[in-house]
Amino acid sequence: MKNSILTFLAGAFFGAGLALSGMTDPLKVVAFLDIFGFWDPTLAFVMGGALLVFGGGYFLLRGNIELPGNPEEKISSNLILGAILFGIGWGLGGFCPGPAIANLGALRLEALVFVPTMAIGMMLVQRIYRIDG
Amino acid sequence: MNPDYLYGFLGGCLIGGGSLLALIATGKIPGISGVFGRLLKPKQNEKGWRLVFLFGLIAGAALLFHLSENASIFRVPDGRNWIIYAIAGLVVGFGTRLGGGCTSGHGVCGMGMGARDSMVATGAFMFAGVVTVLLFRLLTS
Repeated sequence: MKNSILTFLAGAFFGAGLALSGMTDPLKVVAFLDIFGFWDPTLAFVMGGALLVFGGGYFLLRGNIELPGNPEEKISSNLILGAILFGIGWGLGGFCPGPAIANLGALRLEALVFVPTMAIGMMLVQRIYRIDG
Repeated sequence: MNPDYLYGFLGGCLIGGGSLLALIATGKIPGISGVFGRLLKPKQNEKGWRLVFLFGLIAGAALLFHLSENASIFRVPDGRNWIIYAIAGLVVGFGTRLGGGCTSGHGVCGMGMGARDSMVATGAFMFAGVVTVLLFRLLTS
């Protein structure tokens, strides 16, 4: 129960952070990727803040409490191909998974279309490549 | 300085803090594509915390949308209709599960834990995103 409350709060911080930072606005995300147009660097500040707190917290805490180790895996062709495909979809819509799901609550048409097709894409990979875990 | 950058930084701190709290509470790396994707697997036992985390995410965003006009800004970029969003969702779902992570799993958690494969993946999806936005603009304008 205590862990469920913490997990809910963790999700709520994450969702509030997405909205506060402007990352739930697809145009702002596309503007970050539009370095040859009207570039908006906000997303870099978001990544900076997130990495500072998550990375800093992880390295401070990992000696004191039990936490998962570095999840690094061998760099594979699937990693590169998957990341490139993700980047293409990200640039098309300005949605990555978190902001798309965050916009479900506001019933945005774009999120209501995007999240189900994202689920289909994920299920396809999980079927074809038999990803475990 | 542009106030958007400050809100971006503060929002990023909340994203990082939420990710860290989920890591501590569950012992699992809380990348959004992994959390959501595993909910779709028929033989997955640990669905409870994943659902709770995603409901929290929707609730936290909804609260901010309600509290702040600025946070609730939603603009669809030029030339994108719902068909583009349907295709984008399919490609993002396929790519994030094939590549083992998204902006949060690779970009925040993996890079924050020092994983080199996450740095490579983040570089690759940023590069692909930049090229896609450029090509989309050139082809549609």
